[in-house]
Amino acid sequence: MSGANDSAMNGGCHCGGCGSSDGNGKFLHETPMLDQLESGPWPSFITGFKELAERTKKPMLRGVLDQLEYSYKTRMGYWKGGLVTVDGYGAGIITRYSMIKDKFPEAAEFHTMRIQPAPGLHYNTDMLRELCDIWEKHGSGIIALHGQTGDIMLQGIEQDKVQECFDELNQAGWDLGGAGAGMRTGVSCIGPGRCENACYDNLKLHLTALKHFSGQVHRPEWNYKLKFKFSGCPNDCTNSIMRSDLAVVGTWKDAIQIDQDEVKAWIEERGMDALVNNVISRCPTKAITLKDGGIDIATRDCVRCMHCINAMPKALSPGKERGISLLMGGKNTLKVGVNMGSLIIPFMKMETDEDREAFIEQIEEIIDWWDDAGLDHERIGETIERVGLKQFLEGVGIEHDINQVTRPRDNPYFKAKY
Amino acid sequence: MSSQERTWKTIESGPHTYEEALHPVVRKNYGKWKYHEIPKPGVLKHVAESGDTIWTVRAGTQRQDTVDMLRSLCDVADKYCDGFLRFTVRNNVEFLTPNAENVEPMIAELESMGFPVGGTGMCVSSVSHTQGWLHCDIPATDASGVVKSMMDSLYNEFKDMQMPNKVRLSTSCCAINCGGQADIAVVVKHTRPPRINHDHLVTTCELPKAVARCPVAAIRPTVVDGKKTLMVDEAKCICCGACFGACPAMEINHPEHSKFAIWVGGKNSNARVKPSTMSLVAHNLPNNPPRWPEVTEVVGRILKAYKAGGRPWERVGEWIDRIGWKRFFEETGLTFDENMIDSYRHARTTFNQSAHVRF
Repeated sequence: MSGANDSAMNGGCHCGGCGSSDGNGKFLHETPMLDQLESGPWPSFITGFKELAERTKKPMLRGVLDQLEYSYKTRMGYWKGGLVTVDGYGAGIITRYSMIKDKFPEAAEFHTMRIQPAPGLHYNTDMLRELCDIWEKHGSGIIALHGQTGDIMLQGIEQDKVQECFDELNQAGWDLGGAGAGMRTGVSCIGPGRCENACYDNLKLHLTALKHFSGQVHRPEWNYKLKFKFSGCPNDCTNSIMRSDLAVVGTWKDAIQIDQDEVKAWIEERGMDALVNNVISRCPTKAITLKDGGIDIATRDCVRCMHCINAMPKALSPGKERGISLLMGGKNTLKVGVNMGSLIIPFMKMETDEDREAFIEQIEEIIDWWDDAGLDHERIGETIERVGLKQFLEGVGIEHDINQVTRPRDNPYFKAKY
Repeated sequence: MSSQERTWKTIESGPHTYEEALHPVVRKNYGKWKYHEIPKPGVLKHVAESGDTIWTVRAGTQRQDTVDMLRSLCDVADKYCDGFLRFTVRNNVEFLTPNAENVEPMIAELESMGFPVGGTGMCVSSVSHTQGWLHCDIPATDASGVVKSMMDSLYNEFKDMQMPNKVRLSTSCCAINCGGQADIAVVVKHTRPPRINHDHLVTTCELPKAVARCPVAAIRPTVVDGKKTLMVDEAKCICCGACFGACPAMEINHPEHSKFAIWVGGKNSNARVKPSTMSLVAHNLPNNPPRWPEVTEVVGRILKAYKAGGRPWERVGEWIDRIGWKRFFEETGLTFDENMIDSYRHARTTFNQSAHVRF
């Protein structure tokens, strides 16, 4: 056990089971570097972990804090992946085995269970308390709210407890999220739950789509991951354009709704300078003009950016003919650099069950095409970039549209049908 | 799994349903909200067409939470919000109540529990970040620790609304950047090619997969001591770390050579200008646990200059668009160096294809 002494843990018992102290009367070993993250006004995750460890006396928590302290000291990470699943599933558990379990055997295993929350991240306290009780019973009690793909991340469980933990969670209405080359957990903003700008019921579409693709969430079978994010309006509070392959963004077709009395009240309160400097001159297409003490918006010039609506929430609201835009291909760095989603479908109505069915059918067409055209470890945006947008549109039966490009092509080399 | 026979048959239900998780006033006015106001930092007031009002109190969390912390948040929700709460995509917790008189006691209680109330409007919001040394298998640093250190110094910027527009921060523990694009982002940059463990490589890695993972074709098969393995053309390698994900025997992380870089100007909202990706403005900052003071210092400098110079509604990227990169570097005191000239795909789109010059 010389390793443990190396790591300034004061030796102590590392048997992994007895939970006894190391002679100084404390359950936890000393963690001088982590302790420095307990000062300052922002809430400290280290304090939370230590309090949980002292209350529950779970050896895994002590081991994880010891290993984290060792990482802070050596500036290296020590977890490696593996494969753990529950019956019938091929994904949803993120496996972590310690590379240095000889030093810290209590943290030899520290797997995460990804759990799909309700769309919009809404909870009632009964469901949350039940989740906490099940998690404390089987796992470490550490939870990340939320992972970057939207999951509740229950962090820290051993392999032989995963199935019984999942069975209890599943009986309480929870299901595992995605991992690997399959459909991933979706993300949605608060949507019509509280936001006046929601242009479609994104919570309902999120639930419908992710339930439809549940099989592909649990059993990855594609070239690579595929992520949905559902934003109610172009403010895109879920960051769908950068963080999802399928960015479903609410929008509208007709004129912005204007309440001229509220416009005048806004000017009364904030002044004409604010209207000119912060609203009219910030319109990206110069679509707003002053008219009769109020404003006029040229609908044909409007690109539905949301700025004027954000600035004057009481006076302006999105039009009445509402639906979604679909953007595709957003992803972060690995491996060909950052790509934002690009507009594929400018407008689709999203009001009825039939609208939602048509949407799912379209997504299935897209996935079928990607199954054929994509390469291993290639996100769908990369496939489109490699194969060509024209070829993609033809492959999935979507009409070309001027809104799909910033401008027509500037290189002269193409082969047309004549 | 234990040898016990299972009695429960899995229901592949997908995401948890949301209707039972919505406050009754939210359910009643679902899709029928009229407008909102921000009466004070951390508080939203939404008014429905029916005339109903719902108040939201928003608080920052440590994101790496525990069952104890969640139960204490549930206590607050039970006391003031009829047992309902929600989270935002930036890890804030939100308490919704139809009773205006619940707002102030709730703020007092959350603050006394150590949760800062804020994160609304023109503020620095909570940091979206990655798992770091606590849980990731390919991290070069601990994102949670960097975020805690940074937010200690930006505590008042979270609680106030005195920025030109909202500022989104993110932190990532490797170059894959799961933390995402943001107004200001802290992202690890590996500065040396991977170190190959030839003994482990052949037993742990699929060679063609590791070769295919390299974006610049720097990885080639080779033979060492009579065994098939891989080599890296160090002149070609761009130190992205992609191979490490496919092949852990190609160690990219290094206690000294994995550094920090700061990126600015990312924006996902469509408001005003189109969404934009980030640009590199500082790098080679040391990976310096437990407090990473160099990172906090640079982020603070950028925020100070933006706060002083940004006009209302300008996001960081829009402010830089107006004043130009030359003045950005002058006003932040950062140094533009040759590594900030893109040398990868489509790099020319980032060159100045005009005679527009700033002196």
